[in-house]
Amino acid sequence: MAEQILQVEHLEKYYQKKYVLHDINFHVDKGEVVTLLGPSGSGKSTLIRCLNGLEEYQQGTITFEGEQINPTEKNWQQIRQKIGMVFQSYDLFPNLTVMDNILLGPTKVQKQDKFAAKKEALDLLERVGLEDYANAYPRELSGGQKQRVAIVRALALHPDFMLFDEVTASLDPEMVRGILNIIQDLADVDHMTMIVVTHEMNFAQQIADRVIFLEDGHILEQTPSKQFFSATQTKRAQAFLDSMDF
Amino acid sequence: MDHSGISVLFEGTNFERLLGGLWVTVKIAAVALIVGLILGIILGVLRTFKNRPLRVLLRLYLEFFRIVPTVVLLFLFYYILPRQLNFNLPGDQLATLVFALWVAAEMSDIVRGALISVPQHQRESGKAIGLNRYQLYRYVLIPQAISLEIPATINLATRVIKTTSLLMLISVMDVINIGQQIIEANNHTHPTGVFWVYGLIFLFYFLIDYPLSWWAKRLEKKRLERANG
Repeated sequence: MAEQILQVEHLEKYYQKKYVLHDINFHVDKGEVVTLLGPSGSGKSTLIRCLNGLEEYQQGTITFEGEQINPTEKNWQQIRQKIGMVFQSYDLFPNLTVMDNILLGPTKVQKQDKFAAKKEALDLLERVGLEDYANAYPRELSGGQKQRVAIVRALALHPDFMLFDEVTASLDPEMVRGILNIIQDLADVDHMTMIVVTHEMNFAQQIADRVIFLEDGHILEQTPSKQFFSATQTKRAQAFLDSMDF
Repeated sequence: MDHSGISVLFEGTNFERLLGGLWVTVKIAAVALIVGLILGIILGVLRTFKNRPLRVLLRLYLEFFRIVPTVVLLFLFYYILPRQLNFNLPGDQLATLVFALWVAAEMSDIVRGALISVPQHQRESGKAIGLNRYQLYRYVLIPQAISLEIPATINLATRVIKTTSLLMLISVMDVINIGQQIIEANNHTHPTGVFWVYGLIFLFYFLIDYPLSWWAKRLEKKRLERANG
């Protein structure tokens, strides 16, 4: 059995009496790619945000690399260096150049050597085809370029785990492929462990080892990807797939 | 017309004295602005924290300095506090203190407003790369807030410079006070001197404030262009 990197047990999130996430249980193996699927409002984004402490949860535990997380802000600051996250709206810092966006984490948080960090950042930029944009400001980039920089910014911290929260949802269609290729490449070449929330079913099918299907804050099924896309275990998931155009 | 009013300006050392008064005015405004802006940024940051008692306290501070007219503040600090607290400062230092506290109060509101209008996503993507609260403010939130707040800050500066005209009320030898002395001393010989002295003072204030106000407008326009572009 593969080594588990993340375990989520009995995770509950609610506001007053209203449940957002209900008894969430799953684990992720090292090197595994899990996609979270489900209709809008099912709690996918909330769940993925719980995994790096951007959302609080009321009950349950998250265990990362064998250690149960004590969810204080201070602990999360440490853990977030190991769990990279990329958002739908890129959220580069507009006051900093591309290079400074990337270097902020490595040099200020991790106190890496500036020279080495810079060289590595350039290598990463080259990998995503943006080596000429190191000194550009985010406002000079297209959406797809910004999102690539956001991915590089997360990778520069040497994370063990990546969370992708609908990273192609606000991109123009012709930009989507490039971003998905980068994520695919991370899975294939780097064997990066990741959780991907997406609405791109073709991509999910292509990249995922396993699918977790969520509805109304419940996990309805966890199925190996091949099986999920040929025959889901639940009718609800099948109806969801049938409604998607792919 | 051998006693034309304009000659008052150049008789004896009158012109130099007026310039000296202007220097006092500018010095008080400048020091108050520098101290007040720094203090105001700190207070503005503190006002975005979740700590409720702290927020209430700083809010009271702001409202006190905003509601109480500046003249009353000056009198309070110049006549009342020294007697009650046995605390004595020369008029110009005291004026600097009052103005700095006023600037800090106004500035804290400008900074707070700018900080909370930095999108929530910026805060989250800063946290996501492991920044702690200090780093988040230092590298992400404050630099973005500053570009939002510069026009408002410049406008505050023009208000502060104008308001220094109240300083004569606590006997500071600012440009107005000196102008007043010159007018009174020459009232018999040059009855129209008042027009020229105040005309010159008007020009002084205009020359200082107008470029600032023009600059604020230009920055705001540029920022909007950039935000839309």
